[in-house]
Order: sequence, then structure tokens, then C-alpha cells
Amino acid sequence: MDALDVARWQFGVTTVYHFLFVPLTIGLSVLVAILQTLWHRTGDEKYLKLTKFYGKLFLINFAMGVVTGIVQEFQFGMNWSDYSRFVGDIFGAPLAIEALVAFFLESTFIGLWIFGWDRLPKRLHLASIWAAAIGTNLSAYFILAANSFMQNPVGYWVNPETGRAELTDFVAVLTNKVALITFPHTIAGAFLVAGSLLVAVALWHLIRNRDSPDTPAYRFAAKFGSWVTLVSAAIVVITGDIQGKIMTQVQPMKMAAAEGLYTTESPASFSVLTVGSLDGSRELFAIKIPYLLSYLGTGDPNGTVHGINDLQALYTAQYGPGSYTPIIPVTYWSFRFMIGFGLAAAAIALLVLWTHRKGRTPRGKWLLRAGLVMPVLPLLANSFGWIFTEMGRQPWIVFGEMLTRDGVSRSVSLGEVLTSFAAFTLIYATLAVIEVKLLIRYAKAGVPDVTPDPEPDDTDDADRPLAFAY
Amino acid sequence: MELTTIWFLLVAVLFTGYFILEGFDFGVGMLLPVLGRDDRERRVMINTIGPVWDGNEVWLITAGGAMFAAFPEWYATLFSGFYLPLLLILLALIARGVAFEYRHKRPEATWKQRWDKAIFFGSLIPAILWGVAFANILRGVPLDADHEYVGGLLNLLNPYALLGGATTAALFLTHGAVFIALKTVGDIRHRAATLAVRLGVVTAVLAVAFLTWTLTIRSSTAAVVLAVGAALALLGGLAAAKVRREGWAFTGTAVAIGLAVATLFAALFPNVLPSTLDPAGTLTATNAASTPYTLKIMTWVAVIFTPIVLAYQGWTYWVFRKRIGVAHIPQH
Ligand code: HDD
Ligand code: HEM
Ligand code: HEM
Repeated sequence: MDALDVARWQFGVTTVYHFLFVPLTIGLSVLVAILQTLWHRTGDEKYLKLTKFYGKLFLINFAMGVVTGIVQEFQFGMNWSDYSRFVGDIFGAPLAIEALVAFFLESTFIGLWIFGWDRLPKRLHLASIWAAAIGTNLSAYFILAANSFMQNPVGYWVNPETGRAELTDFVAVLTNKVALITFPHTIAGAFLVAGSLLVAVALWHLIRNRDSPDTPAYRFAAKFGSWVTLVSAAIVVITGDIQGKIMTQVQPMKMAAAEGLYTTESPASFSVLTVGSLDGSRELFAIKIPYLLSYLGTGDPNGTVHGINDLQALYTAQYGPGSYTPIIPVTYWSFRFMIGFGLAAAAIALLVLWTHRKGRTPRGKWLLRAGLVMPVLPLLANSFGWIFTEMGRQPWIVFGEMLTRDGVSRSVSLGEVLTSFAAFTLIYATLAVIEVKLLIRYAKAGVPDVTPDPEPDDTDDADRPLAFAY
Repeated sequence: MELTTIWFLLVAVLFTGYFILEGFDFGVGMLLPVLGRDDRERRVMINTIGPVWDGNEVWLITAGGAMFAAFPEWYATLFSGFYLPLLLILLALIARGVAFEYRHKRPEATWKQRWDKAIFFGSLIPAILWGVAFANILRGVPLDADHEYVGGLLNLLNPYALLGGATTAALFLTHGAVFIALKTVGDIRHRAATLAVRLGVVTAVLAVAFLTWTLTIRSSTAAVVLAVGAALALLGGLAAAKVRREGWAFTGTAVAIGLAVATLFAALFPNVLPSTLDPAGTLTATNAASTPYTLKIMTWVAVIFTPIVLAYQGWTYWVFRKRIGVAHIPQH
């Protein structure tokens, strides 16, 4: 084990961890904003209750997204300083813009929203949660544009004098075709998580406490969440399909690795299950759907999909000797887990809607259990999607330009990375336990009783307690 | 003016904004066990910064991002070189950020006490380490010809840097005490004001010593003027605190922090990270910079969005302008 391995593990662990909170923040911010808008439009108290209830869960989660994000931003310089030197000219800009344009917006307006219930006029208060939601979703675009540059570098040249990548066309970086399709796919994946959480919590209350006066609120949340889940699942599938085609063009090795396709085929069949030899060079057993892979990769059922062995030979000729093949079992299985877990959540959403048909109330132990695992499924799907994306790019850190092993910090010792890896893992594990317990506690507590907050009033300076305080 | 100079200034402005704003957040956090006699008082203190601390922290994220975009070599060398101090800062910021949000989420006293500790140490550690880091940037560190840091951890813990750490911690403590006096009513307001003056005297001594030492290492006319300005602002702020003009006192400490940070950057220019080893290793605003094209784009973005950000952040402070006291804290 050397510093490179530990740095990679650390990046993987901290990023996947960051992305456990990010999808809920992205999705729930918008869903809570919608709930609050419904309350404004209808004056129906159940929407206010749901706003406050899910708003609380949102904030418990949000705090973790924020603090883990700072680590991400610093980590490029700490552990990947040669990478930062190489791409700084291009990669730093979206990061800085993300902070200036998106993070300020959302952190400021979240503060206004949390503490502003009795400090802002109602409309401005509603506008605050929308501003925060927009900021959050905007932030995703910039960071994904940065990541897309690593997948498919565009708008740059490598200056032979300095050996660094230099920006030549910033618009090209922001409109990278990989970024344009990654964004809707990731956002839809996030809404899949948020919708599932709405359903899970509401279903729990519906089944456990059938006579609750808040049943109408939970019914609404369960149905609304199910629709969100189903629609985002559809978008995830459609955008994922397009992503596969783009990926086949720009990173053919990743598509081959996703499939464990060793030799070039035309037409190529999609493998539902393949067991390969351990060194990943031969397949031993397989179940296949003919023509599907050709269609996924090229849009033509008879299209040619290149195999790992051919691509490896091609890249060796192009970039010199070395292995250009990612770890096949990781890419193969993470691709399948992404799709499988995500679609399983959608299936449960369908089931939940069905149990609500014609005013019926859902019941049953099995439905309760299915509801409870529901939000975990898309969360796993998201993690596996990213593991696939990032591991499928290996051994490159910037595809075709820089190898991951060349990006690591030279001046950082094994002891230092081990220290930071251990420290982050420890604090993250502790915080994970605390936050999950808090989420469960507040989810169980159910929707709060609400009295609409007083409008702001400058004359009653007196001693009215704050509507919300830490 | 050259684009690299503009970006040097912008990075300086972002860090200055960060230290002024999160400076009082850190101060409030460090004073939590000192000024907060019971849970309600501690909640009053935390709620003075509740709506704004996250927005204040984004100044750091933006400063880091701007450094990455405009001076990638600086960002890369600094962050990998100052590895362990930065790690500690990150851990502190994690614990502290979560603590604000989670502290009131359960009623048990032990739960609150633990998060109070997280807030205290989470504020104290960065308050010291930022001073240590910036003093080292100014003093210079061993860099080889490839701009790689080759000193160990101990190299960063020299007396000058430690004085820098003590100075930032003291400045933030005073700034925080003044802020609490400005934002609260009742008993705690008076205790904060009294404490601010006492802390302020120690702070003034430390700050004058540190800035003088700084100017003997590296200096320029601008740096001398700024350092004198910082000292005067601090003294003015203390005088105002003494006569209970809290708004002026806060202006004084804010300006003092701002000018002290500006002094460091002015003394540093045109270097961004001097090498004490191989002069070829020294990073300057020129050799650490991105290409003019990147800088031009970033300049446009900054010119358009910085005023907008300042406007809505300013508005937030106005929305939450009312003083709070124990009577305003709800039961739950
Ligand atoms: C709930 C989450 C979820 C679900 C159900 C799916 N995905 Fe996905 N997928 C993601 C969540 C995700 C992700 C975590 O958001 C990724 C990682 C990077 C990205 O762009 O999105 C991803 C990446 C990703 C990539 C890699 C892109 C690249 O590396 O360039 C492809 C080709 C697909 N997906 C395709 C699909 C297909 C064909 C799906 C269904 C039929 C599918 N995904 C369902
Ligand atoms: C938030 C979703 C993301 C997740 C879950 C994720 C996850 C991962 C994983 C699992 C690795 C592989 C670690 C390894 O090689 O062992 C990795 C590598 C990497 N990713 Fe991501 N990533 C995400 C987004 C990003 C983004 C948006 C960027 C850039 C802005 C990025 C930059 C990198 C870098 C620099 C590496 C190199 C380190 C390495 O290969 O080990 N990642 N990421
Ligand atoms: C590896 C690269 C990444 C970096 C450097 C990064 C950086 C950050 C930072 C600094 C924060 C804290 C912001 C604050 O204090 O308000 C944050 C939070 C967040 N990030 Fe990431 N992030 C990364 C990956 C991602 C990805 C891939 C997405 C979305 C697709 C994302 C979306 C978010 C969201 C929604 C938050 C929630 C809290 C907030 O925005 O304040 N991040 N991230």
C-alpha cells in the first residue's frame, strides 16, 4: 500500500459519503418548496404541516452535505496537487463559480428560510426556499461540468512549454455534451431519493397509526412522493440511455467494462449476468439479451461495440505500454446495481400508488417493510452509479490526458494520508450514526402541530419568542 | 492593472471578508463556555450567528475556489504542504457546522454539552491555525525548485507563526465579544461588553507585536500604512466598547481584522508563497497564475456576481438586525 492507494480510497470514501447527502438536498429542497407553495396557494394547513415536517428532515440532512462538501473542495489541493496543477486553469473556474454563484445563494437563503418564519413577509419567505433550491440545483451543474471535463476533456490544449492543460474555450467546457446529459440524469437520480423518502416516512405513519388526524397529510405525501419517484425513474432511464450512447463515443472502454465485453461484437448482446475469470480476460458463464447492447451503445441494434481486448491494444498503441482497463468486476456490477436498485424503488412507488387507489388506505407488514427500504435503494443506486462512472474512467484521472497515479501529491507522505483517511473515516462514521438516529427520531415524531407564524412587525419589539431558534 | 494583480487582490479580499465574518462566528463559539452561564444563554449566543454562519463560511469556499482557479500552483502547493493543519481545520469545521444544527435537536443535557464542546474546539482550532498558516505564508516555507513543500510539520510551528496563531485567536475573541454585546439584550450583553474591553487590551498587545514582527520579515509602504491603520482601528474599537458604543466598537474590530489581513497580503505581494530554500521555488502572482483567458472569464464572473452576493448577504444581516435575549428563546 502506498500514498496513492490511500489517497484514492480517501477520495472514494469521502466523495461517496458526500453524495449520500447531496441527492436529498437537491431533491428535498425543491419538494419542500413545492409543499410550501401549495400551502400558500390553498391555505390548507396540511401542506404547512408537511412543509415543516419534511423541512426539518431536510435540514438535518443539509448540515451534513455542507460540512462534507468543504472536505471535497480542499481535497484536490491536499491529496491531488499535481492533478490540480495540471488542470487548475480549467477545473478551478467552475468550482469558484459554483461557490460564488450557487453556494452563497443557497447558504444565505437557507438561513433566511430557517429563521425567517416570523421575520419575513410570507411571500419573501417562500421565495427564500425557492432561492435556496435553485442555488442547490445550480451548484450541481457546475460541479458536474468540472467532473465531465475529467470524463471528456474539451475546450483546452496542453501547453508543451508548461506541460499544463490550458483553457481555450470556456463555453465548450460548460456545454460539454457529457455535462449536458449527466446533469439531468444526476438530478433525476436525486429526486428519486427525495421522492422515496417522502413515501417511506408517510407510509410508516399511515400503516402504523390508522386513526391519526393527520392521515390526509400523509396520504398526500405518499402519493406525491410516489409520483415524483416514478417520473424521476422514467427520466433517469431516458437520460441514462442517452448517456450510454455518449459514453460509447467518448469512453468506449467504459462501455466495454460496464458489460464485461471482451471482444468486439456487431451486433452485441446485453449481458444480464456474466461471470468472468478472475483476471478479467475471459468469460465463463453468461445470460444475454441479443442486440440490446448494440442498441444501448449506438442506437442501432446491429451497431458495433468494441471489446476490452481490442481497446486495450488500441490504447497501448496510442498511449504507450500499460494497462488501460478498469477493474472489470467493479464496473460490471456497479452498473447493474445502479439500474437494479433504482428500478426497484420505482416498483415500490408503483405498489404504493396502487394501494392508495380509490381512497383506500395502505396496510400490511410487507408494505411497511418495502416502504422502509425504499429510500435506501436509490441512495445505493446513486452511489453505485458514481462508483461506476469514476472507476470506469480509471486508470485515467483526466481521460486520455493524465493518469490517476500522476495526479497525486508528491509532497504528502503515506503517514499523512493515512492520518487524514483514518480521521475522516472515523468522524464520518460517527456522524452517520448520529444523523441517521436523528432522522429516524424526527421522522417518527410525525407532522407537527402548527399555528401559522405571526407576520413580521417592527413595533412589537417586546419579548415574543422567536418562531425558530437553534 | 494586470489581471494577475487583480486576482491577487480578489483573493485577498475574499480571505479578508472570510476572517471578518467568520471571525466573530469563531469568537462566539470560543466564548460559549465563558459567557454562556446556562443553556438559555448559550442558545442566545448561538442564535446571534444562527442565520448567517453558513453564508460566512462560504467566503472560505469561494476564497479556496478562487485560489484554485486563478493561482492553481499556489492552491496545490499550499494545500498539500500545509497538510496536517488543514486537516485539523477541516475536522474542526465539520464538527462545528453539524453542532450548530444538531445541538437543539435533543433535550438531554449531555447531548448539548457534547455539541457545546464541538462548537468550542471547532472554533478555537481554526481560529489559531489560520493565524499559523497565514504567518507561514508570509514568512516563507521551504520549497524546492518544483514548488513542492519539503519542510515537515515542525517547520510550520515556528515562534513567529505561533504568535500569528495567538493573534488571530485573540482578535476573533475580541471581535466575537463585541458582536455579542451588539446583538443581545440583558445581562449577557453587559458581561460581553466588559469582557471585550479586557480581551481587547491583550489583543492589542499581541497584534502590535505580530504586525511589527511581520514588517521586519517583509515590508512595503502600503503594508506599514495598513498595519498602523489596523492598530488604530483596534484601539478605536476598544475605546468605543469602553463607552458602550457597540456599533462603533464592532466596526472598529471588523476594520482592524480587515486591515491586519490586508497588511499580510500587502507585505507578501508580488509573492504568493516565498521559498526559504531555493529561490527558484518561490511562487509569485505571475508564475502561479492561470492563463489570461481563464483570468478574464473569472474577472467577468466576479464583477457581475460579487455585488449581488454582497447585496443579499447585507440584506440578511438587516433582516436579523434585532437584538435577542433569553426571553426570545422558545422552549423547544
Ligand atoms: C437513482 C439513481 C440512478 C438510476 C436508477 C440510474 N442511474 Fe445511471 N447514474 C446515476 C444514477 C442512477 C448517477 C449516480 O447519478 C450517475 C453517476 C454519474 C452520472 O452522471 O450519474 C450515473 C451514471 C450513469 C452512466 C455513466 C455515465 C458516464 O460515466 O459517462 C450511465 C451510462 C448510466 N448512468 C446509465 C443508466 C441507465 C441506462 C439507467 C437505467 C436504465 C440508469 N443509469 C439508472
Ligand atoms: C459526487 C459524486 C461523486 C462520487 C460519488 C465520486 C466517486 C469517486 C470514486 C468512487 C472514485 C474512485 C476512487 C478510486 O479510484 O479508488 C473517484 C475518483 C475521483 N473523482 Fe469522483 N466522484 C464523484 C464526483 C466527482 C466530481 C464531481 C469530481 C470532480 C469535480 C470528482 C473527482 C474525482 C477525482 C479527482 C478522482 C481521482 C481519485 C481517484 O481516481 O482515486 N469526482 N470519485
Ligand atoms: C467532488 C467534487 C465536489 C466538491 C469539490 C464539492 C464541494 C462542495 C462544497 C464546498 C459544499 C459546501 C457548500 C456550503 O457550505 O454551503 C458542498 C455541498 C453540496 N454539494 Fe458538493 N461537492 C462535490 C461533489 C458534488 C456533486 C457531484 C454534487 C451534485 C451533483 C454536489 C452538490 C452539492 C450539494 C447539493 C450540496 C449541499 C449543501 C450545499 O450545497 O451547501 N456536490 N459541495
